[in-house]
Amino acid sequence: MNGKRVLVVAAGGTLGLLAVVLVAMGNPANMGYCVACFLRDITGGLGLHRAAPVQYIRPEIIGLVLGAFLASQATKEFRPVGGSSSFTRFVLGFLAMIGMLVFLGCPVRAVLRLAGGDLNAGVGLLGLAAGVAVGVQFLKSGFSLGRAVPQQKGNGYLFTGLVVLLLILLLAHPSFIFFSEKGPGSMHAPVWAALGAGLVIGVLAQRSRLCMVGGIRDFIMFRDAHLLYGFVAIFVVALVGNLAVGAFKIGFAGQPVAHSDGLWNFLGMALAGWAAVLLGGCPLRQLVAAAEGNTDSALTIMGIIFGAAVSHNFGLAGSPAGVPAGGQIAVVLGLIAVFIIGYVNRPAAVKRGVSIGKGS
Amino acid sequence: MVREVDARGLLCPEPVLLTKQALDALGSGTVKVLVSSAAARENVSRLAESRGWQVEVQEQGEDILLVLTKR
Repeated sequence: MNGKRVLVVAAGGTLGLLAVVLVAMGNPANMGYCVACFLRDITGGLGLHRAAPVQYIRPEIIGLVLGAFLASQATKEFRPVGGSSSFTRFVLGFLAMIGMLVFLGCPVRAVLRLAGGDLNAGVGLLGLAAGVAVGVQFLKSGFSLGRAVPQQKGNGYLFTGLVVLLLILLLAHPSFIFFSEKGPGSMHAPVWAALGAGLVIGVLAQRSRLCMVGGIRDFIMFRDAHLLYGFVAIFVVALVGNLAVGAFKIGFAGQPVAHSDGLWNFLGMALAGWAAVLLGGCPLRQLVAAAEGNTDSALTIMGIIFGAAVSHNFGLAGSPAGVPAGGQIAVVLGLIAVFIIGYVNRPAAVKRGVSIGKGS
Repeated sequence: MVREVDARGLLCPEPVLLTKQALDALGSGTVKVLVSSAAARENVSRLAESRGWQVEVQEQGEDILLVLTKR
């Protein structure tokens, strides 16, 4: 194994281990680490949705962004860029979140759920792979959101600045910030542990470019399994960890913070995978890129937060009781919207490579 | 024969896809790829090396020039 491969396996393995530890320290079951769930909780913590069980300022997200920011500073990879179809990215982030909240998790949590024995997550991962496969066809036929160009320095620091503000709100806990008193939002590891875990994962994710959607995409497009090794590592370490602490329970029914409606688990994650592959990466990767100064990714995260607010304000999100009719309709409309976005942005509006590519 | 690929500001997989088209079209020779992120540098390098191309990396201000060669 070369150095890069070791790094992506180390990043995945560390994430898998810390996820089991965070659950043991108080996080909801099979939710040691979940970018979608934690952004949903932050959305609720800020009062942007009022679903009382899922409101908390999750330190894991704060740590992840700070870790990735520090790593990008140390390696001089920090680049304030933007302008690559920013609003389209906002919309795709929004649509991906609708799908992820119908499934109840991001690609990271899907792997963690599977490692806890939740077979519904296997159905979700099949949906994710299907969505990515469809998105790949769009990429192959010239889909592009265009080039990002360098931006003023301040643009690149703004996202991390907002995350520091979140940290202050978490620690100060003023009365306008909501923390769940029961439900998943009330279950959390101590702040310092979650923050520390986030920092470590942030540094490793920045260094390794860990990305689940990218892994599936690269394997389909180029037969390149590099990034998938990271997710195999998450799965293996979390599986061993769950078996060791007795948190492994195999089956479809009665899984924690999950439902067993296979069709909507599949379609929800298909929507997420399709939107994410057009965005160039899953929510974890978007957070890391935003910390590295990519303002388009920062706006994608804002779209995800908007998606969480809409999902919970209008009762679209899945729950252990199943997926409400509104959520099912939203997923179908979301798939149509992603199709349209994919269709109108190909062939690329941007001038492509100098001596190759379409139209040159 | 030299080909140039301008993949500045593009998110993966586009730099890899453009590079792959150039490598496939050329077969051997030199392909110069200009990228603007470390992730693109790594992904393009990985593709080129897996297909037997030699990779030389040059910093060019904020951008990174990858010179891929195959005899």
